[in-house]
Parts: sequence; C-alpha cells; structure tokens
Amino acid sequence: MGKKLKAIHYLNQFFGQIGGEDKADVEPLVKAGPIGPGVLFQELFGGEVEITATVICGDNYFGEHMDDAAEAVLAIIEGYRPDVVVAGPAFNAGRYGMACGAVCAAVAKRLGIPVVTGMFPENPGVESYRKDVTIVETKATTAGMRDAAQLMTRLALKLARKESLGAPGEEGYLPRGIRRNTFASETGAARAVAMLLRKLKGEDYVTEYPMPVFDRVAPLPPVERMYEITLALITSGGIVPKGNPDRVESSSATKYGKYNIGGLKRLSPESHETAHGGYDPTYANEDPHRVLPLDVVRDLEQEGAIGKLYPYYYATVGNGTSVARAREFAREIAKDLVRDGVGAVLISST
Amino acid sequence: MAKEIERAGIPAVHICSIVPISRTVGANRIVPAIAIPHPLGDPTRTRDEEKTLRRALVEKALRALETKIDEQTVF
Repeated sequence: MGKKLKAIHYLNQFFGQIGGEDKADVEPLVKAGPIGPGVLFQELFGGEVEITATVICGDNYFGEHMDDAAEAVLAIIEGYRPDVVVAGPAFNAGRYGMACGAVCAAVAKRLGIPVVTGMFPENPGVESYRKDVTIVETKATTAGMRDAAQLMTRLALKLARKESLGAPGEEGYLPRGIRRNTFASETGAARAVAMLLRKLKGEDYVTEYPMPVFDRVAPLPPVERMYEITLALITSGGIVPKGNPDRVESSSATKYGKYNIGGLKRLSPESHETAHGGYDPTYANEDPHRVLPLDVVRDLEQEGAIGKLYPYYYATVGNGTSVARAREFAREIAKDLVRDGVGAVLISST
Repeated sequence: MAKEIERAGIPAVHICSIVPISRTVGANRIVPAIAIPHPLGDPTRTRDEEKTLRRALVEKALRALETKIDEQTVF
C-alpha cells in the first residue's frame, strides 16, 4: 500500500471540545489529529486514512461571518493538502449545518478536494448545499452518530481513493440532482408502463425523475399607509412570559405561545425570558428587547409611525423545529391576524 | 413563517441573524440582524445606544415593508 491518505475534519466548538454556547463566537482554529467524533471516524477509517488535523469554528462566529469564516477555514485546509474533507455530522443543528455546508461547498469548488458531511434532511444546510456537497442522511440528534460516522467514513474513503459513488439511495446520501447515464435492462417505455401499472394498482413505485418542488410565495405589494395599519410581532427567539407558562420546548418546539401585550410598554428581565435552547440565553434574559423589540415598536406607535401594535405577540422556539411545524404554527397565527385585520407582521429570529 | 403569513395575504418582514436560512425557507423581505444571541441588541454598548440600534433596525424593517419588490430581497 502507498502513502496514507489524509483527511481534515471540520467541527463546531461543541464537538471540537472548545466549549458550549459561551464559546460559540470562537474564530476558526486548528488542532492536530482527530478530536471528539473524529476519534470514532479515525477508528472507522482504519489504517488507510489519517485525520491529520481538525478545524474548529464557533457556530455563531460562522453564522454571523459566513464569507470570512469560510475563507479562513479554507485557508487552513488548503495548507494541509488533504485527500478528503469531512464535516460534522451536524444532525439537525441549523447553524452547524450551514457551516458544514459552506465549508464543504468552498472546499469542493475552490480546492477541488472531495467532501462529505452529514445532516438530518430538515437541516437548512441541506436545502442550501445539497447540490454542491455530498450530504449523508443522519438522524436528528447525536443518537445517530455511529450510523452517520459509518456512512460518512465509507463515502470519504471512496472519494479519497478517487472512486465514484453509486446512486444516493444505495450509498446513503441525499440526492444532489446529478444525472448519470446507466444501462437498464428494459427500455424507458417498458419501465414507464410497469410504473404506471403499479401506480394504478396502488402499489409503491419509484420515479426515475422526481419533479423539483419550489415552494415560494410571490412577494406581496408593499404596505402603503404604515401610519394606519396594525402591526403584529412574532418571534422564533423564544421570548415568553417569565416561567414559560405554555412550556414551549427549548428545542424542536411542538407549540407556540400567544401573549397579551395590550397594556405593556416594556419587557423586563422580571417579566419575560427566553425559552430558546441552542444559543446563550444570557443576553436575551438580561433584556428581552434584544430579541423582541417591543420598546421601540411602542415608541413608533406613540409617534404615529405605525397605526397600532396588535395587542398580542406570538412566540416559538426555532431551535431544531421542523419547517413543517413552523408552517403549521404560521397558518394558525395567520388566521388570527387576518380575522383581526392586521396589516403587516414583523418576525424576529435569533 | 414569513412565507406562510404572506401566503395568507399579510406582508411580513423577517429580521434574522442567518440570512441564508431565511432565504432558504422563503421569506421575501429580509433584514439582517446583529448577532444570533442578540439579533436586536448589542450588549457591548450602553442601553441607550442599543435602543438606537434596535430602532434603526425596526425602521429599516418598516421601510422594507413599504418597498415594492419582485423577488426575495435582503435590505
């Protein structure tokens, strides 16, 4: 066997063993050898691939400086001239998934080095980067670490050896929308008729050409008389009355709260707090306006810049909450708002 | 959420820390915020300065709502 193949692993501050949310602002840094989940990856790689270094960056730093962070990580990785780069897995962690996707996309595009990451299909990193990056499908939580590591190392090994990957379904990665010519035993006409017959019988069939789904809503016309309308506030940053009366979950929320602010001019650390997990709650708890801007919206209402503020606000927690669930919440909330003649909505997210 | 609110016919603006996520989920009017743990504040400043900063962001969001757009727009 020739020289050992080299891999670089990208991790966030948590998996990189730098710290929790208090270290989420850490700028990109590098450590020798495998760290955290990298130890498992190294074990699965066996002797053929060596994780020579681990690049670590805080999730907040990456999320808030995506271009600079990606550049810095890219510069570090380039110096090692690896045969493959692995990132994560990020499971259903949104900021981490975006970071893994951005790192992998930059490495693949700019350095031409193969990349593998892993995410839960609902991670926003999937939608943003699936076309550019090989993303192994993982469970939503770290409970899926071993399975993810097995799939990711298998694919990384193949890519490092410059072997091509099989179809997404066989290899366990999410479809990238790439089409390759292959030989089939039957003609397209015969396959299509077979598929149709299965469909007519109500049996399962797999399309050979899934149609893309573009769920977009055309922008609405602008608000014309802001000084006459009722404005409503919604936040996914988890600002709830102190004590979290509805028990909105700190992650993967299954509910939202509707809270009366009819007579309320200001929020305070005594009256409100955040229920949101996944980011450091210190700042939001010190001053909930840092997430839900009631104070300035009240001022604007008094000054006549907006007609009035809707007497309720809605809050949920966006941490790991599925897009489908958020859609449900918003549809219910919208019914209230339409019924009460709300003219515009301001949503704040962490 | 912004997308679903607009589907129901009410213009919505999204003030958010990670713009690419907002784009991905389909918000049409997007205003970048300050930072993930404090999108509408900055604890390194005085409370008065923070409020000025917050007001500027909310005013920007209101202007976004008053602006005609044809596609997803980051203000």
